[in-house]
Amino acid sequence: MDLTVVILVEMLYAVASLILISAGLAVVFGMMKVINLAHGEFMMMGGYATITAVNLGVNIFVAMLIIAPLVVGLIGLVVERLVIRHLYGRLVDTMLATWGLSLFFIGLATMIFGNTTTGISTPIPGFAIGNYQINGYNFFIIVVAILLLIGMLSILKATRAGLIARGAMQRSDMAAALGYSPDRIYMATFFCGSALSGLAGAVLAPLVGLVPTSGGAYIAKAFITVIAGGPSLIAGLFSSAGFFGVVNQIFTFAISPVIGEVALLVAAVVLLRLLPQGITGKFFKGKL
Amino acid sequence: MPGSLSKDAITIILVTAILIWVMPLMIGTYTLTVLIVYGMLGLSLGLIWGFGGILCFGQAAFFGLGAYTYAVAAINIGESTVPMILAVIVPAAFAALLGAMMFYGRLNDVYLGVITLVVTLILFKFINSTAGPQYLIGNARLGGFNGIPGFQTLNVPGRPDDYIWGDSYFYVCAVLLGLVFFLVSALLRSSFGRIAVGIRENETRMSLLGYDVRARKTVLFAAGAAIAGLAGALFANWAEIVTPSLFSLGQSAEIIIWCIVGGLGTRLGPVLGAAGLAYLKFLLGQQSLVDNTLITGLILVLFVLFLPKGVVPALAGLWKVSFGRRPLGRIHQQRRMRNRGRVNG
Repeated sequence: MDLTVVILVEMLYAVASLILISAGLAVVFGMMKVINLAHGEFMMMGGYATITAVNLGVNIFVAMLIIAPLVVGLIGLVVERLVIRHLYGRLVDTMLATWGLSLFFIGLATMIFGNTTTGISTPIPGFAIGNYQINGYNFFIIVVAILLLIGMLSILKATRAGLIARGAMQRSDMAAALGYSPDRIYMATFFCGSALSGLAGAVLAPLVGLVPTSGGAYIAKAFITVIAGGPSLIAGLFSSAGFFGVVNQIFTFAISPVIGEVALLVAAVVLLRLLPQGITGKFFKGKL
Repeated sequence: MPGSLSKDAITIILVTAILIWVMPLMIGTYTLTVLIVYGMLGLSLGLIWGFGGILCFGQAAFFGLGAYTYAVAAINIGESTVPMILAVIVPAAFAALLGAMMFYGRLNDVYLGVITLVVTLILFKFINSTAGPQYLIGNARLGGFNGIPGFQTLNVPGRPDDYIWGDSYFYVCAVLLGLVFFLVSALLRSSFGRIAVGIRENETRMSLLGYDVRARKTVLFAAGAAIAGLAGALFANWAEIVTPSLFSLGQSAEIIIWCIVGGLGTRLGPVLGAAGLAYLKFLLGQQSLVDNTLITGLILVLFVLFLPKGVVPALAGLWKVSFGRRPLGRIHQQRRMRNRGRVNG
């Protein structure tokens, strides 16, 4: 009984962390079609921003939920103006340029913070269920992921800004004809995507020892989650994160964490082979 | 490509001979050997990406697979000839399987990139986790993060005690690179190579003309993997240890950067790009002021933004403008070159 609860919580946590990892990329890649291979590094910088702010005496929740997204969002803004802006619509070139950016940020972080592991402790204590100890912070991540999904859904669906953004992604010429500058909209959307990546990196930072190359651990998971999700932004994110999170945890509990990771990646390859348009290319068609 | 294959052969032999003679006067042969190995690795991606249009994010997987195959086989066999052959065959077979899965599934560019990336990650994670003594192939322990040290290095075929090392190993590598370069030229001059370029330019048209695009792409993919595997085995012999970092994403990134900087759609570009950038990295590694990765990243971004065709096509274009003969239809020819997008060299 206790074990069932623990496994259930761990599964929810795995799904939630996949949602967090992929949310920023879902906006940047899913909506804007910019293959951002520096996504992992944006998360890494979110983590470093949090740790630096906490070390300077800022409350950890303020640092995670406000400072880190802002910092990374601004970095994303600079990147968009300097590099990405020139490459919209050139898929392969964007891929290469953002890979270069990812290496650049790794090098920058190494120069500033050094090639050592830094970290902060989790702000929420753990508690026991029967004979098992559960990390209380896992619940925080689950809550953040749920709020994030609800927030994204309501912004995209219910606000005028969300409507304009979605319209401009579909037909930028139409948006321009109606008097909205696609250039500005792309800039703002990229800012939001980067801020989401920063938030994810910040929220996950207390759980991992942060090194400049930490981003590499997220990038593949984020991409396969978004691609396997398919064209619908939120439904795709939710369904593929759910699928991969459950697969990962089943194999983690049955065999070992490494096999869990490998199982996730193998499941992704098989899924893409069967559903090349992603999950929402076949099911939940036309939903947001 | 102008000229004929025999002309190519003569040029390659002459250039290789001159470089083998001149280069050791400037750079130590130990460093040169690894530059050659990287050059061959660059060529392997240059072939499938530049001429086949297959952007593989996991060329490092075949490189690492070649190195590991060599190391494991060399420990089990105790001689280097069969392991060398295996190091070419195993990555090629692996690539043929993977390629068949991808190309017969009609996956497009982006998915291709992601799947090759994911496969590289799987290999990296798997090899990294094989530290325990239960991971054994024959007599060889896979060794996890520490890699496999202490295997039999290259020897004269049939004489296991006659090691090839130092200067003579450099000559072996240089000649092998020349040979591979010649084979690639021959492949590209054959009808197979011309059709591969056709597929790169317009896949639908080639399949409507009756060519089996999927099979041809798979074969080309496997050929690239075979070259990468050979480079991996040569690297294993040079480093005398193989580690999981051979499979890492950083390694894959570097191969792509070499091709971009050197010039896609040329044979020489990736080789020069690889050797040049690897040497630059070697020089940068001797100072600690600026981080190495930062420079690599910056180079990639700047090249994509400002010189997306690479150095060799740019230089070739400059050469043509300055010295080339342009008998007639100058504007027309320029337009054609631009429309084609890439220069065959």
